[in-house]
Amino acid sequence: MARITSAVFSSHIPAVGAAIDRGATDNDYWSPVFKGFEFSKQWQANNKPDVIILVYNDHASAFDLRVVPTFAIGCSEAFEIADEGWGPRPVPPVIGHSDLAWHIAQSVILDSFDLTICNDFKVDHGLTVPLSLMFGQPDAWPCKVIPFMVNVIQYPPPTGKRCFDLGTALRNAVEKFDEDLNVHIWGTGGMSHQLQYTRAGLINKEWDTNFLNTLVADPEELSKLTHTDYIREAGSEGIELVMWLVARAALGAQVNEIQRFYHVPASNTALGHLILEKADS
Amino acid sequence: MALDKSYQDIPGTIVFDAEMSRKGYHLNQFCMSLRQDENRKRFLGNEQAYVDEWPLTALQRRGVLERDYNLCIEEGGNIYFLSKLFYTDEHSFERTVSKMVGMTPETYREMMLNGGRSIEGNRSKGEP
Repeated sequence: MARITSAVFSSHIPAVGAAIDRGATDNDYWSPVFKGFEFSKQWQANNKPDVIILVYNDHASAFDLRVVPTFAIGCSEAFEIADEGWGPRPVPPVIGHSDLAWHIAQSVILDSFDLTICNDFKVDHGLTVPLSLMFGQPDAWPCKVIPFMVNVIQYPPPTGKRCFDLGTALRNAVEKFDEDLNVHIWGTGGMSHQLQYTRAGLINKEWDTNFLNTLVADPEELSKLTHTDYIREAGSEGIELVMWLVARAALGAQVNEIQRFYHVPASNTALGHLILEKADS
Repeated sequence: MALDKSYQDIPGTIVFDAEMSRKGYHLNQFCMSLRQDENRKRFLGNEQAYVDEWPLTALQRRGVLERDYNLCIEEGGNIYFLSKLFYTDEHSFERTVSKMVGMTPETYREMMLNGGRSIEGNRSKGEP
């Protein structure tokens, strides 16, 4: 049986990817960020999954305004790296897990979550920056990755409640897969940040800290937050945090906190990071 | 009963909702065209001619040609689509955001290093 054993949460700031790609991780500005991931990289090397279900949002790379899927799963064998305007990031292509992805799609749709099935698209910084933070710069990613996209750009994104319930459905789907697989689920984006208009640059450390505490201890409570709560308190782009609820619910109620890191600023953003392991029941 | 749009009370913020998306559809799709290198070159070679190929409003055209990102956002642009435009200029999010809030890149970075823009006084248009 396949099992989700750990969840990793991380911001997916494009400038972090640029710092890695340009070898700028040691300078005064960036070194605190990368020091914050040293333990995590070691943990990741010691806890290698077979597959990561990576929950992220596309940033006008795979989709433009012609088609806006609320939830979409990548079912193909491999995914190329998108050119976001500076040329594609110099990172390896992402290898998918078609069998598990199609299994999840079928299970979750029959569980009343109407996923969009995608077979041909490129992945952007939302997916590749967390991979770089956790795995560094390998020639090939050490495990398979199922891209799972959530629309958080066109208002309204799915509600926190819907994301939380979807996470539960993902856990059930994975546990129905016959092959013995160690699966990790990642929730990405956030934390507080606003990239547009005159309130841009907003950071709310107190709110972020409370979000991290509650995500660990009582995540269902967070599913009560409204979209206006997120936008008001965590900025217009802070609403990305609904994606963390998918990953958190997928891990199950009882967890152990392995690592936490929070740093301001990374470009315009409060960078947040957590590693949670499923507690033995 | 009307939809909840309580987010409209948040100061200095334009949420990319249905109304803005409909208003900005062509502006955002124009930005998407700049993901291709040949289009970026053609645009930079003659911006006015390239922009005229798209059914943009006069205000959207002005926003693009003057790189007035606040105007672009008021006219339905979304920041992730607009990023294709400022990436064409080889400008970062950080640099572009500093311009939107009327700061020099240095002053903006200083504000972020000091913890960012405070939430206090920035929650509601009704706040004093």
